Amino acid sequence: MNGTIPAPTIEYGMLAPMLVVFGAAIVGVLVEAFAPRYLRSAIHLPITLLSLLISFVLIVWQWVEGVPTKAAAMGAIAVDGPAMFIWGTILVLAFVSVLLIKDEGHFVGAAAAVPGSAEEEQALYEGAAHTEVYPLVLFAVGGMMLFPAANDLLIAFVGLEVMSLPLYLLCGLARRRRLLSQEAAMKYFLLGAFSSAFFLYGTAMIYGYANSLDLAEIGASLGVVGGQDMLLYIGGAMIGVGLLFKIGAAPFQAWKPDVYQGAPTPITALMASGTLIAAFGALLRVFWVALGGLDWNWRPVFYGVAILTMLGGAIFAITQTDIKRMLAYSSIAHGGFLLIGVIATGSAPAQNTSALSGILFYLVAYGFTTVGAFAVVTMVRDAGGEAWHLSRWAGLGKRSPLLAGVFAFFLLAFAGIPLTSGFFGKYAVFQAAVTGGALPLVIVGAVASAVAAFFYVRVIVLMFFSDPAADGPSVVLPSRGTAAVVGLAALATVVLGVFPQPVLDLAHSAAQSLFVR
Amino acid sequence: MPWLSTLMGVSVLGALGVTLIRNDKLAKQFTLLVSLIVLALTVTMAVQFSPNGDQWQFQENHSWIPAFGVNYSLAVDGIALVLILLSVILVPIVVLASWHDAEKGKRSVRTYFSLILVLEAMMIGVFAATDVFLFYVFFEAMLIPMYFMIGSYGGPQRAYASVKFLLYSLFGGLLMLVAVIALYSIAGKNTFMLSDLIGTIQDVNTQKWLFLGFFVAFAIKAPLWPFHTWLPDAAAQAPAGAAVLLVGVLDKVGTFGMMRFCLQLFPDAAAYFTPLVIVLAVIGVIYGAIVAIGQTDMMRLIAYTSVSHFGLITLGVFAMTKGNPGAQDAGTGATLYMVNHGFSTGALFLIVGFLIYRRGSKFIPDYGGVQKVAPILAGTFLVAGLSSLSLPGLSTFVSEFMVLAGAYRLHVPATVIATMGVILAAIYILWMYQRTMNGPTAESVKTLPDLNAREKWVVAPLVALLLVFGFYPKPLLDVINPAVKDTLSSVSVTADQAAAAPGVKEGK
Repeated sequence: MNGTIPAPTIEYGMLAPMLVVFGAAIVGVLVEAFAPRYLRSAIHLPITLLSLLISFVLIVWQWVEGVPTKAAAMGAIAVDGPAMFIWGTILVLAFVSVLLIKDEGHFVGAAAAVPGSAEEEQALYEGAAHTEVYPLVLFAVGGMMLFPAANDLLIAFVGLEVMSLPLYLLCGLARRRRLLSQEAAMKYFLLGAFSSAFFLYGTAMIYGYANSLDLAEIGASLGVVGGQDMLLYIGGAMIGVGLLFKIGAAPFQAWKPDVYQGAPTPITALMASGTLIAAFGALLRVFWVALGGLDWNWRPVFYGVAILTMLGGAIFAITQTDIKRMLAYSSIAHGGFLLIGVIATGSAPAQNTSALSGILFYLVAYGFTTVGAFAVVTMVRDAGGEAWHLSRWAGLGKRSPLLAGVFAFFLLAFAGIPLTSGFFGKYAVFQAAVTGGALPLVIVGAVASAVAAFFYVRVIVLMFFSDPAADGPSVVLPSRGTAAVVGLAALATVVLGVFPQPVLDLAHSAAQSLFVR
Repeated sequence: MPWLSTLMGVSVLGALGVTLIRNDKLAKQFTLLVSLIVLALTVTMAVQFSPNGDQWQFQENHSWIPAFGVNYSLAVDGIALVLILLSVILVPIVVLASWHDAEKGKRSVRTYFSLILVLEAMMIGVFAATDVFLFYVFFEAMLIPMYFMIGSYGGPQRAYASVKFLLYSLFGGLLMLVAVIALYSIAGKNTFMLSDLIGTIQDVNTQKWLFLGFFVAFAIKAPLWPFHTWLPDAAAQAPAGAAVLLVGVLDKVGTFGMMRFCLQLFPDAAAYFTPLVIVLAVIGVIYGAIVAIGQTDMMRLIAYTSVSHFGLITLGVFAMTKGNPGAQDAGTGATLYMVNHGFSTGALFLIVGFLIYRRGSKFIPDYGGVQKVAPILAGTFLVAGLSSLSLPGLSTFVSEFMVLAGAYRLHVPATVIATMGVILAAIYILWMYQRTMNGPTAESVKTLPDLNAREKWVVAPLVALLLVFGFYPKPLLDVINPAVKDTLSSVSVTADQAAAAPGVKEGK
């Protein structure tokens, strides 16, 4: 130590896509502070959408220019092929989710007012609105981008928190069924904070072992440092708990149904697609780059977790009577299928590439279908708001054949029927796993898919083969934004189901370079 | 000219076109027209098929998903050709027969007819696919239109029946998916082309596992005892037209798949499992027949007769194993049986459907003496029934005899027991006929009208086909025989052994 700290080099160009999003979020905060109330929403929306668009364009530009092969910002953030692919996917899905968010009526007027109180009445009367939603979403999206790109455990923690904190808040902002929404926010916050603490404690342990927070250096230290294995194992396990919590893998899945149900549906769409993608990116990076040498230890655990997650998600979903809870359990089951892909990573680069590209493709396919499905949920309403109870969906196919048809199509995609995107996603992951020698896991996956098909099909039966309830919910005429979201999601599900090759190529070339070490 | 793609394309475009037509009557006529165009095109194609030419004709091959080594690859051999012919002949008949079926349904008429055309495209695709992955795609995707046809337009238990149908098939399909992936990855040839994959799996133990993955899917589909329980429910709840396509064509994909994939890709495993499969098949023959005798619901009765018939077809398919001198006969017989069974059971389902439509009941005790009020209905019913019990002179006799003759060379006791099924068939068919058509005319059927012109047009072609191929099966046999021979060469039965078998090649 000679008293001077060298200035860090920051590759602003490489980080630009993320900086744009964060910058726009801060501008959004300023808008909240200075713009008059009636103008805010009109200012927020273009800023939000534009920043997401610019960020996406920057990624495409950088992709064309050539994917960087070295981590940026002194090795703290890795802008590599997989990270850029994940960024692009998150941005597109966030853009689509914002189109849902912009619809009036999803968010509470005054979150601080006690539900049912005079203040709430007053706020409703005044037409108060929480326009902070937009900057919060941008912060969350920025966090989702930082988390999977973090090449340093501490930065990953920062990303995790930046992603999670706005989401905790957003979960509590539902306009209807406010107590449920607040409960969801509280649960998510408490459990999320708990899991973050696990992650942080694990980080400290690993630092104690490797004397570094850099993923690559941790990876290099495996097997070199002697006598401290306990620190490494405990630390690795704790980091694993933190990451698996965000994915919603069993046995850390309990928050998902409650949170998905209570959160405003557009936020659920954002979480179900974006958070899952970001968390899988981070999980892969940490366990491959930093703890790849330790795979003899974590692979069996992941085996068990994957089996538990797939079967648990699929079996518990059968008993659900609420559409949002059912989709939440379905998301748990899909997390399990994706974990098969994580286990399929092996030592040979070709095997890694095929597993990674399979996961990336799966994430794109699943993300689009999920956003589309939740967009449909926002449209089926009765007097009390969105009609969540499955019995209310009976006979929907009779009253709104088009919407019910599209939703049935999404469900078939979740079930992995050929000629939908879900089939190829599942296929890509399964194939990588079979080649990687995880055949038993794939058989369990096939059985879980069959179980899962049951509850997807049950909804179709309700919608098409049951008589409509007399006072059944009505389908609101979708706003242009919602219609666009549903249309885009349906289009993506068809196109990826019939001509998956271009996206497979893209995922393959993203995975080609693997994560930078 | 890409014949097979054209056929599928016309069907799909027709299906899209139907959904745009607002007038229900016009939609039906349009569907009929499209299905007749497809039939005409298929016949034109079939005429150009040279039985003694290449094994695979009308080949099309395009790369579909290079990342997975998947090709859009179509071609037909004689076996696939006759099954495609069966499908495209049944479709216009079903369309005509279902003229009023959909009106009782909950959803629109045009959706029903659109689903039929979508299904037609997939039926052509599933038989014509020469890429294992493409076959799998059609195999699974074709469940969906059938699922909606049963679920939206079926009887009171339709939701239960359709879900059971879908889940059974899907479960089998997913096991097959694992086997398909494992096949691809073990073969390591980066292709799913059937012709490239044949002979690549040498290890017998591997073959056995992969065989089971494929076989269970096909056994559920076919359906083979004890995987059959979904069929009576599905067939009884489905509208008659859908039941014809389900039992007549969709289930054939199971036995077709056994012949094309199980036998050719895993010949050693097939030989190993042959005794087991034959036992299951024979149990199915007897069990299906006995349970059919006990049914009072006519739709369920016919469904159980099919379980019995599928037992015989499976017996024929698995008599094609190594070292059976009757393999050629058994294979040809099984293929012919698939076609004849489609026509014969199709006719039974449709005529019973007409009967049920008139009286509003599926139960045998509600009928009696229909013969006197509706002689044409009763007469055609009898012909269809007799074909189901394989009366000489009707086409099913030829195929059943060939199967039994071929299987006899492999396994005498099993064949003898299976032959008992023919006797039981006489009981279930004639007893059903006796209880519904003969005897004093029941009060409730006194005013039953006979077949109208539309219904006659439905039944006439089927009866004609049953008679023509009963007396003159040669055209079909000429097409099927070389294809079975080629299949057998993949199963590595020597040509000498196959040719040495005497048989009923010229029919009766």
